[in-house]
Amino acid sequence: MRTRSSNRPVLLAAGVGAAALLVLSACSDSDDGSGSGSDAGKDGAGSASGELSGEITVFAAASLTESFEELGAQFERDHPGTKVTFSFGGSDALAASITGGAPADVFASASPTTMDLVTDAGAAAGTPETFVRNRLEIATLPGNPDGVASLKDLTDPGLKVVLCDEAVPCGSAAQKALDAGSLKLTPVSYEEDVKSALNKVVLKEADAAVVYKTDVQAAGGKVEGVDFPESADAINDYPITLLEDAPNTAAAEAFVELVRSAEGQKVLTGAGFLKP
Amino acid sequence: MTRPSAADGSGSGGPRDVLAGGPAPVRRPRNRTRVRGGAPLPLLVPALLGLAFLVLPLLALLLRAPWSSMPELLTSAEVWQALRLSLVCATAATALSLVIGVPLAWLLARVEFPGRGLVRALVTLPLVLPPVVGGVALLMALGRNGVVGRWLDDWFGVTLPFTTAGVVVAEAFVAMPFLVIAVEGTLRAADPRYEEAAATLGASRFTAFRRVTLPLVAPGIAAGAVLAWARALGEFGATITFAGNFPGRTQTMPLSVYLALQSDPEAAIALSLVLLAVSVAVLAGLRDRWMTSA
Repeated sequence: MRTRSSNRPVLLAAGVGAAALLVLSACSDSDDGSGSGSDAGKDGAGSASGELSGEITVFAAASLTESFEELGAQFERDHPGTKVTFSFGGSDALAASITGGAPADVFASASPTTMDLVTDAGAAAGTPETFVRNRLEIATLPGNPDGVASLKDLTDPGLKVVLCDEAVPCGSAAQKALDAGSLKLTPVSYEEDVKSALNKVVLKEADAAVVYKTDVQAAGGKVEGVDFPESADAINDYPITLLEDAPNTAAAEAFVELVRSAEGQKVLTGAGFLKP
Repeated sequence: MTRPSAADGSGSGGPRDVLAGGPAPVRRPRNRTRVRGGAPLPLLVPALLGLAFLVLPLLALLLRAPWSSMPELLTSAEVWQALRLSLVCATAATALSLVIGVPLAWLLARVEFPGRGLVRALVTLPLVLPPVVGGVALLMALGRNGVVGRWLDDWFGVTLPFTTAGVVVAEAFVAMPFLVIAVEGTLRAADPRYEEAAATLGASRFTAFRRVTLPLVAPGIAAGAVLAWARALGEFGATITFAGNFPGRTQTMPLSVYLALQSDPEAAIALSLVLLAVSVAVLAGLRDRWMTSA
């Protein structure tokens, strides 16, 4: 008994040590990869062939998840040897990590306001350009059992409604739409990004959420969308920019080009985004 | 960690005490860990690095604190709302953990039953589980559409997500294992012969637990409760996943720190300092158990 109990911590320590080593080596591997890759990318830009390689990191608004993943896969197919890594989240949180020094090449946000946080800090290279726009929609449970037909219906206190936090573009847009309709809505929760708001309805924990049309479309049959006229007053412009400290400028520029190309626009409008 | 008596104690100091030359007999056990002639460099350098690694971020928090606007930041209604909610929820979660956690610890320590090791492992699981995963699991179990939550909603009209009760549940889920493990350790260290003596004098097992065991392990329960309380106070992942985020209802301090960091970093630092102060206070409360017995 005594030996067993005294052996356990040793085993545990060994296990923790091994795990830590694995993690460390994995990190250093990927660092090496991106480091050498980005150098190669810059070299590639300089050479006449214009061959792209290396890894790029794209910070993008949560609402862009599905369409950007598709574009990322396409980019990797078009440019073998490249790898696109995404970080999706609330635009405000992403902006905060970029100004805080997170290594990223491209930032695509869901509102000019959150983009301003980055440009004001001098972290953007060049002027951000609007590449799509997005309109709000109400997401209800499948079949709309509560008969939600308008934004006003959401103010019913018996209904559990989630909104995005006002710091996030979808939250400020929702507030703008509510103001346009002179409505006051008390949600059960202010979510940190549009996908967590949507997922509260997907999980049936909330009865409705105010999200983007694109999110309702991406969720398939798991939620039902309800259009409301006030959303016309709260259409979000999505700006995209190359970042000042981009480790892999050449590939990052090519990715921004792809997003703004006819091909990229086709993917985005197919996902429900509006043309700029 | 819950048995300082084992660390302090019983072993005879022997010749090393003579080497250390401490004349004060009271401090004898501590002198056993003292190394003569200073620490060797290969140990000292990483040790100091380790110390700096742990202390530096906290110092940075103090250095970057917006001291001039601090009074204003800390007296805002939102801060007090979040702090009060945090304190209330952490205390309620600790109370809940005590009511169901102490009996569970007793069961694990005193009753032989098949699969006890497995049960102990299950109890410890939330300790190592990422809290966000705990939040998702709670949603699946106690959400409005969850395995159990569905019936709670149908029969009693009770739904936990997005409520203050939901915060308490999320915090208790994450914090209770700390209490159970602490209390179980103390129970195992406590001499069962006192309970046996009570039994031979005619006390029932429950009376013996109430009158003998509980007072015996009270310090362990207190330490476990403080640990659980501190863990509940800092709980973030399970709370935001299970209970959502609404000021005054489910937005506890850690949630407001996280959200403030995106819009108002100064407020985030101020809020962090409040939590730091509370943590220091907790540590001061546990001083006798840990800092002196180390």
